[in-house]
Amino acid sequence: MLSKRIIPCLDVREGRTTKGIKFENNIDIGDPVKMARFYYEAGADELVFYDITASHEKRDIMIEVVRNVAETIFIPFSVGGGIRTVEDMRRVLLAGAEKVSVNSAAVKNPEIIAQGAKAFGSQCVVLGMDVKGVEKSEKIPSGYEIVINGGRTYMGMDALEWALRAQELGAGEICLNSIDADGTREGYELALTELISVNVDIPVIASGGAGTPQHLADVLTQGKADAALIASMTHYGTYTVAQIKNFLDDKGIKVRMKW
Amino acid sequence: MIAIIDYDAGNLTSVARAVNHIGYECTVTKEKQIIESADRVIFPGVGAAGSAMESLRRLGLDEVISRVYRSGKPLLGICLGTQVIVSASEEDGGTECLGLIEGKTRAFAHKLKDNAGNGLKIPHMGWNRVRVEKAHPVLKGIGERDEFYFVHGYYPDPADAENVLGRTEYGITFTSILGKDNLIATQFHPEKSGTSGLNLLKNFCEWKPC
Repeated sequence: MLSKRIIPCLDVREGRTTKGIKFENNIDIGDPVKMARFYYEAGADELVFYDITASHEKRDIMIEVVRNVAETIFIPFSVGGGIRTVEDMRRVLLAGAEKVSVNSAAVKNPEIIAQGAKAFGSQCVVLGMDVKGVEKSEKIPSGYEIVINGGRTYMGMDALEWALRAQELGAGEICLNSIDADGTREGYELALTELISVNVDIPVIASGGAGTPQHLADVLTQGKADAALIASMTHYGTYTVAQIKNFLDDKGIKVRMKW
Repeated sequence: MIAIIDYDAGNLTSVARAVNHIGYECTVTKEKQIIESADRVIFPGVGAAGSAMESLRRLGLDEVISRVYRSGKPLLGICLGTQVIVSASEEDGGTECLGLIEGKTRAFAHKLKDNAGNGLKIPHMGWNRVRVEKAHPVLKGIGERDEFYFVHGYYPDPADAENVLGRTEYGITFTSILGKDNLIATQFHPEKSGTSGLNLLKNFCEWKPC
């Protein structure tokens, strides 16, 4: 059986991670390549990098980071943030990323999913979705709406309908981020995750709200997610990937235990 | 020198990086002469069987791969490379393949279910175990706790169980490692499978088939 994947997420701005990991010796390291290697050795199954560099001119720095990460770790990793065109996708994939994720660019121009899938294969194209709970309505029948700009702009699109459409267009995976849960450390949005996961045929990575290993157990069972994104709970040394995996393994959830 | 065959089937630099990382020199190439004069050859690839076979024939590499196999040099197939070493594939409405090992590449049936009755997603993507069916120098050190990274909607099904070296469970039991003589081929990506995958690649780089 497939293992459920545990995926640390690193935000990178102008070539430096915005949250340094507290290593055991308590030294903050802001180098994404070193952090990637740290997580690779710590048992992460995959990594996600988000480039939050604001200036377009400085985006080449990220390509250099991707190239260096690819030489340092031998597990899959994806890169998102600022991907607007197929050419952007190509550069990231050629630099060595396994997958590329599109979020707001796909909301504005859904065809980019189809173009990316055609050029590189569906397995390379991840749809990132930022979602907020709203009142159910004719326009938003699931009660979950697509938002962009960190949750500030409501797009009038139903999250479930968008997920199904993206799958149709050729997305190979969905990274589902609950803006409501994000940063709370009170657990993933289980109802949302289950809703999307049971209705699409592609894997779903749950994101937003992880605070304890139990939260991962919940989203990987009740939420029916295929993978769980984590950030601060391991970046700051509260838990190690091994502790989380041991916890899940004890609960009978299949995870990769040898690395 | 290890040659990694480039036939326009995806980005092959990750295989090269992994081989370099474990201390071996390699070159990603579509040059027939370089491939045929290499000490060992890796045949990777991502994509669909139909266009892969088309590219191989166009570049004349289908014959080169057969010659490499017959020469007795160590040859490693990965993912799509593995799927096209058998006789034929169900993909793209039926594709005639290289036929180095008799068998067929089949599509996973949709509606596969796990033991708990949950529907399984296709492609089979992520980390899974391999049950080694037959000891092999390239599989040295690989046990039941090792996991490998898979991404595929089709799987090789060799006609002769003699050629099955490893099997994996995903709704069904399928062949995830096959081999014959100096050829070994994995459905998973050793170059993306952490230390377990690097171990397998290292074994391949040191393998001396008799």
